[in-house]
Amino acid sequence: MLEKILILLCLSSALAEQPCKPDASDGYKVRLSIKTALGDEAYVWNENEMFLFRATLAFAMRSHLNGQEFDVSNIIVCDETPRVTFWFVVTSPLNTSGLVDKGVVEEAIRMSRNRINSAFLLTDKTLEFIGITPTLTAPVNPDTPPWLIVFGVVMGAVGAGIIVVLVSPLVLKKRKKNEETDEDEEETGVKAVENGSTREGVYNMSFSDDERLTQM
Amino acid sequence: MRLVLPNPGLDLRIPSYEDLERMEKEEAGDRPKWDNKAQYILTCVGFCIGIGNVWRFPYLCQSHGGGAFLIPYLILLVLEGMPLLLLEFAIGQRLRKGSVGVWRAINPYLTGIGIASMLVSLLIGLYYNTLIAWIMWYLFNSFQSPLPWTQCPLNDNGTGYVSECQRSSTVDYYFYRVTLNSTTSIADSGGIHWPIVVCLLAAWTVIGICYIRGISTSGKAVYVTAILPYIVLGIFLIRGLTLKGSLSGIKFLFTPDVDELMNPTTWLDAGAQVFYAFSLAWGGLISFSSYNPVHNNCMQDAVILSAITGLTSIYAATVTYTIIGFRATEKYDNCISDNIMTLSNAFDLPEDGITTSNYEAAFNHLNSSYPNIVPGLDIKTCDMQKLLSEGVEGTGLAFIVFTEAITKMPGSPIWSVLFFVMLLCLGLSTLFGNIEGVVVPLKDLNILPKKWPQEALTGVTCVVAFIICLLFAQNSGIYWVTLFDTFAGSVPLLTIGLFEMIAVVYIYGIDRFNEDLEFMIGHKPSIFWQVTWRFISPLIVLVILVFYLVTQAQKELTYLVWDPNSVKFPSMASVAYPPWINAVIFILAGIPSLAVPGYALSRLKRIRTCQKTSAK
Repeated sequence: MLEKILILLCLSSALAEQPCKPDASDGYKVRLSIKTALGDEAYVWNENEMFLFRATLAFAMRSHLNGQEFDVSNIIVCDETPRVTFWFVVTSPLNTSGLVDKGVVEEAIRMSRNRINSAFLLTDKTLEFIGITPTLTAPVNPDTPPWLIVFGVVMGAVGAGIIVVLVSPLVLKKRKKNEETDEDEEETGVKAVENGSTREGVYNMSFSDDERLTQM
Repeated sequence: MRLVLPNPGLDLRIPSYEDLERMEKEEAGDRPKWDNKAQYILTCVGFCIGIGNVWRFPYLCQSHGGGAFLIPYLILLVLEGMPLLLLEFAIGQRLRKGSVGVWRAINPYLTGIGIASMLVSLLIGLYYNTLIAWIMWYLFNSFQSPLPWTQCPLNDNGTGYVSECQRSSTVDYYFYRVTLNSTTSIADSGGIHWPIVVCLLAAWTVIGICYIRGISTSGKAVYVTAILPYIVLGIFLIRGLTLKGSLSGIKFLFTPDVDELMNPTTWLDAGAQVFYAFSLAWGGLISFSSYNPVHNNCMQDAVILSAITGLTSIYAATVTYTIIGFRATEKYDNCISDNIMTLSNAFDLPEDGITTSNYEAAFNHLNSSYPNIVPGLDIKTCDMQKLLSEGVEGTGLAFIVFTEAITKMPGSPIWSVLFFVMLLCLGLSTLFGNIEGVVVPLKDLNILPKKWPQEALTGVTCVVAFIICLLFAQNSGIYWVTLFDTFAGSVPLLTIGLFEMIAVVYIYGIDRFNEDLEFMIGHKPSIFWQVTWRFISPLIVLVILVFYLVTQAQKELTYLVWDPNSVKFPSMASVAYPPWINAVIFILAGIPSLAVPGYALSRLKRIRTCQKTSAK
């Protein structure tokens, strides 16, 4: 009789341990890379940290399934390695031997991913749930592309420059015309590059450039 | 030895010494002048120092034996570059004309040299300004944080990144897809990519405004565009030396491999690089020196300019390789860390079980203990030498390697702005010489009326060039740019350079040239110049030209394409050119080269028919 009770007890305890095992169908593997994330300020992974993890996960399940009172005891952890990886399964508070479905767990984790990461000062890359891909942040896309603004500034400056260059000789010519009525002398106010600045004095056309060229 | 071909009527076509003295005293003529000597020197320095000094010379230096490459480079700089430089300076200063005018004055049959220079300057200017447009695009996009080439866009259902970006890298994707939207072949036009059109518009208007009054405006712009690159290179040097891994880059660059000196291609590449670096045969230098006072010491200028070009090339190469060394070290460290992570994850080892120092030992131990698991993991081979030698020339250097390195530096937008402003200045100052070499001949050939003001000449040239440049705004634009770079900027320049030397030494007459120099600077050129002008420099250019033609003829015409569907992606695939490209190559390389004999023959025919009709 006593042996039968012992066997039953052993079996039941064995059954109770079975929910969490590596490659469990409703479990997830977690990998933490604390030293990569925090370098010198890395904390040591110990029982207390594990307790925090289970509590955070219980929080995530509670937030997702409103009404069901998940507790730390509902999160079962096993197969811890020195790398800091482990498997976990979630049991339902209503039925302690039944596991919560993988999909539901995934949704809960996705919803509270940010909170879980922050609890451990880690990121999506350093706190990995193998099988749950992190949602990618879309690249920053401002409304007005900044390059158009810079382009506008440059073109504005160039346009202003062109207008100044084209208008200034006309302004100078007007001013000269007004002065010409007073004086006979003509100033060469414009730069030498502009077309044909004539000057007073005899300029012997026989030495002008045109005549040097042999006609083709 | 003093071979001079008969050249009747030369004295009637060129100003005599009395004319030159008189022109100097009266300051007559409507020819533009430099405000001061510094403007002239800076313009020439800016013209010679271009984007090629940053992205072509460092690659050549490193791939042809590092420090040892400096030996052929400096030797050929002195034997080939300096004599040709003085030749162009002196002939421009003496005959006081642009490139077409000078050759026409020496002998009307030689006008073809000037026409060829103009065509080459035009073709090079077109694709060079497209590079400037791309640089402007990157510059405009550098005013944001994070820089746009650090992120991949998400794919349609938001589950992952776009596959093209995922498989290559963010910088590759940004250059080939976002900036250029490149197709997979030169034949596939793919339509016009409007951001490039916008940037081309910006590029041509900036050049237009800077050159609008000829050298009186560009001479002022050059104070900024010629000096700023040196300052920025200095800033990058200091920043680069403080980065991790920069010294490995410099070591990689300068490690001499003396065996490379035995390799003829080293000497050929050095010679070609000297030739292109000095922007010889473009016609711009002749034009610029024709605005000098008659007694300007052009010999001193030639020596100074050669020294500055040589030193700047080495300076730019050093800076470039500090950044390349930094990037390679970063990638190497990341590669090793990724491998360590993979191994730790696979065997559930604690995080600092494998470190970078014991990585090799740990890897071998694991490989021997678990021979069936380890090969299945994605362990990459991390090769520092390979990382240092990848993609380090041309557009790949500026738009891929450097942009990637900049994203890893703290404060990336500032460095990006500085870098692209420097490239922009380098390119703009070269383009000033380029556009001078196009506008002045157009005026001398009466294609553009002489009566037009300088503003109209510049404006018309820029507008027409912009319209032709729309060819490069197509989705296949990058392949056209590479085509132009390979063919328009190589053989024609060498042939023109050769003809220039023959024309001055044997048709104008080396004796007359020596007397001219004595008149201008006060003493005859020394024996060094005589020997190089008459024999050494023409021989070197001829050898380079012949070897280049021979190697080109033997090679099959292929080019690299960005093809996401190719097997070798993300490496570029090598594809054969379509058959109609031979016609394009003939237009690019053949027509300028053949312009010299072509023009001479056509003039001969015209004169013969004129004589026949007058005899009748």
